[in-house]
Amino acid sequence: MDLALSEEQKMIVEMVRQFVREEIVPLEEHLDPDADELPAEDYNRLVTQTKAMGLYGLDTPPEFGGPDIDLVTRCLIAIECSQHRAGLYAPCYNVFGGARQAQLFEATEAQKAKYLYPMLRGEKKVFFGLSEPSGGSDPARAIQTRAVRDGDEWVLNGTKLWISGADRADYGLIFARTGPDKGRAGVTCFIVETAWPGFQVRRIVHTLRSAKYATEIHLEDLRVPHDNILGTVGGGFAIANARLARQRIPYAAECLGVAIKAHEMAVAYAKIRETFGAPLASRQGIQWMLVDNEIDIRTARLLILDAAAKAERDEPFRTESAMAKLVAAEASGRVVDRSMQIHGGLGVAKDLPLERWYREIRIRRIGEGPSEVQKHIIARDILGASLR
Amino acid sequence: MPIRLDKPWIALTPEHIAQLPGHLGVYQLADATGEIVYIGMAGGRSLFGLKGAISEALHAPPAGATQFCYEVTMAYHTRYLELLQAYRYDHGRLPVGNIDVDASRLGHLRLG
Repeated sequence: MDLALSEEQKMIVEMVRQFVREEIVPLEEHLDPDADELPAEDYNRLVTQTKAMGLYGLDTPPEFGGPDIDLVTRCLIAIECSQHRAGLYAPCYNVFGGARQAQLFEATEAQKAKYLYPMLRGEKKVFFGLSEPSGGSDPARAIQTRAVRDGDEWVLNGTKLWISGADRADYGLIFARTGPDKGRAGVTCFIVETAWPGFQVRRIVHTLRSAKYATEIHLEDLRVPHDNILGTVGGGFAIANARLARQRIPYAAECLGVAIKAHEMAVAYAKIRETFGAPLASRQGIQWMLVDNEIDIRTARLLILDAAAKAERDEPFRTESAMAKLVAAEASGRVVDRSMQIHGGLGVAKDLPLERWYREIRIRRIGEGPSEVQKHIIARDILGASLR
Repeated sequence: MPIRLDKPWIALTPEHIAQLPGHLGVYQLADATGEIVYIGMAGGRSLFGLKGAISEALHAPPAGATQFCYEVTMAYHTRYLELLQAYRYDHGRLPVGNIDVDASRLGHLRLG
């Protein structure tokens, strides 16, 4: 297996790394410590730059105007883009185009014209409404939001929870149960506009995360045209699931970027900080913490790039994706924790980004499929059908 | 990070409040002359964070407030106390609208 980066990949990595260090990090000296947005003039200026770099719209397929990069390169970019204070949940403050509701690429032409292209142009914001109070790890069974057909419309009732950005979105995807089937086949995906009567963001759910806060959505007799079904009736779960395994890989790469930066800070600090007449770096206890950091980082990196490469070659990669996500989320948490410890009191102060990373990285063991679900996926692969 | 919340004032209007995030944080309200009249926070029990808290000020502006500024921070409680203490250091008293604060329980910052 050739792990060497191509010349093009090296160039892209260096370009993005320089961009983060010269454009993003200096801005953070003046932003609120828990900010997740840039002032408009800075945002627009930097979007102009990312477009000039040819990297705007990272998760947009080339046929829809995104850059023609493979998943390995996408992950390498994700590793670089997250190496700043807000980087885990607002990498480069979304000047590379931000996350996209990739499911809309499967829309009809009429739906694309109304919902996909405005999103790609940055004119509209979109949410993804899958999780509910009844569960998010197993949405096929947990979804209780119901949609009942009434003529040319469907009437939706239910509650969604942990939905990022719904309070500021123009429209989004809501997954509701349309059939008697209690499992996957009974779920349908609807495109729902937030201005429609019956759609209400009930509250913001405040969590450890500084960026991209979650919301609770309440649907009460929300009428949705039949033409706003994405895909087919009963085909919602397939739409939701189709890209989840692939999305987990750059998601894992973002964790790794934060870990790399935290470790870099810890190494630098250990060399200069003295206790009892000697630098921290001379203490075996500190050295072993840094060694553990290095091993955690390299392990996660190998798993992430392996998963990305397999996905890119259209080989089965679901297990590799699960491993990458599981290891990166957990290892990155350990790295940030050790790096915080090495910094002592300064590590928990808002003067440094470590405290924000410490809070936010904890969520990564739960979001996009908790660690336990990733282990279930891996176990199922190891043990095969005997687990069903 | 600067201690005082020295940001440009934003007019307290529905249009500006509609743009606010729902994050946790702290905010200051000022009258038309730019005099701070109230310091508040949007804490963990707020339904809609800063957006909700400053919306309430729109409907019942303390002490004639007409403009605001804010800071997004998860350390909303300590930052709120810091801003109150900084204001008292600068003015010898709390903002006129902060009748909800027990000044005797507030610490004392001595700023340069």
